[in-house]
Amino acid sequence: MFDLAIVLKSVPMLLGAAVWTVVYSLSSVAIGFCIGTLVCAAGLSGSRIGRGFAAFYVSFFRGVPLLVQLLLSYYCLPLFGINVPSSVAAVGTLALCTGAYLAEILRGGFLGIPRGQIEAARMLGLSRPQILTRIEVPLAVRLTLPSLVNETTMMVKSSSLISVVGVLELTRLAQNIATSTFQPLEIYLTAGAIYFAINGVISAAGTLAERRFRAEGAG
Amino acid sequence: MRFDITVLTSQWPELLHGMGLTVLIWFAAVALGLVIGLAVAVVLLLGNRWLAAPLVAYVAVMRGTPFLIQLFVLYYGGPYFGLDLSPLTAGILGLAFYGGAYFSEIFRSGFLSVPPGQIEAARMMGISRLAIVRHIQLPQMLVIILPTLANMVVLLSKETAVLSVITVNELTSVVSSIGSTTFAFAETLLFLALVYWGFLEIITAAARRLERRVGRFTLRTSS
Repeated sequence: MFDLAIVLKSVPMLLGAAVWTVVYSLSSVAIGFCIGTLVCAAGLSGSRIGRGFAAFYVSFFRGVPLLVQLLLSYYCLPLFGINVPSSVAAVGTLALCTGAYLAEILRGGFLGIPRGQIEAARMLGLSRPQILTRIEVPLAVRLTLPSLVNETTMMVKSSSLISVVGVLELTRLAQNIATSTFQPLEIYLTAGAIYFAINGVISAAGTLAERRFRAEGAG
Repeated sequence: MRFDITVLTSQWPELLHGMGLTVLIWFAAVALGLVIGLAVAVVLLLGNRWLAAPLVAYVAVMRGTPFLIQLFVLYYGGPYFGLDLSPLTAGILGLAFYGGAYFSEIFRSGFLSVPPGQIEAARMMGISRLAIVRHIQLPQMLVIILPTLANMVVLLSKETAVLSVITVNELTSVVSSIGSTTFAFAETLLFLALVYWGFLEIITAAARRLERRVGRFTLRTSS
């Protein structure tokens, strides 16, 4: 029988853990965005080493399951004498992984920027890093916004995997409650509903931002 | 840090078994997922309102929630519906339903990419709706959606690793249990990553070849 009482009782706790899910996934997307931008810039640069590195990076992080990457960082970082909390290692791994996907997404954006914009910026005496951060990144973000939002929702979902390496977030707490109350169905459905709501909010925010960009005539 | 590869070589029968199971799960889930996805897309296309609402909800839920949670609901929550599945069955079904939702979206976009004029013409000629789907829409759209479809098929092969969490004895599970009994984490997990990486590179290359082969008669509009 579906037990509504246990759902109502666990919702506040699960929502508390959902905050961590949001924090972990959004911070990994933010860090991953910086990584992705750099990898993408390296991939589009004239340097052979840069292009080789970018191709290698994207291929590795998209070619290995995220769960395996997480296990690798969780068990192997201490072997190299790197002792960080499991949450830091997990967010770092999520960021590295999403960085590869974001690099691929941003590639399309960077290639879609009219040459004239960059030439104009160069004529105005902007330095290469300035052009990247002030001209190219904002334009690339506008061009690829739907994919960026999609990748963010993917990361919210993927962040459930960090429960496997012992980081307390929504999935981990749901597991804990499910095993202690013996009511996995109710708990996991509730957790699923919370994930669904988080992603709903992110998608809606994305649509809103898109509409605004389009109203500004730059989208 | 010592690097002892014998922990792996001495366990090769288990490793081989794990790899075989991973590939089997992948094939089974892709096959079942494609059937689910096509069925959902066709029903949505033919537009029965009563069937459409639950199917749209199914797709949204599968795409909006983590695969791991779906797996938990199916495997641990299944017994409440009298659905007592083995980890392997639950894993394959879970992956198939997950992939099916994505496949259905891909098929749907494919159906919509066939010009409506062709469907109208076929309808005028008295061809039944299902026959139009089968003989006119499917053959044309498959070429168009192949890259996206192949991409999703490749993606599902990585998701099989998640099945280790519900104790399916596939590659990730086998290798990480060797790691935790021998404490040779570096060797085992690096090996695991390399195997997946190599496998993904191979199937991605195969998908690209297939795309080029199938798409060799299509008109390229972009440069």
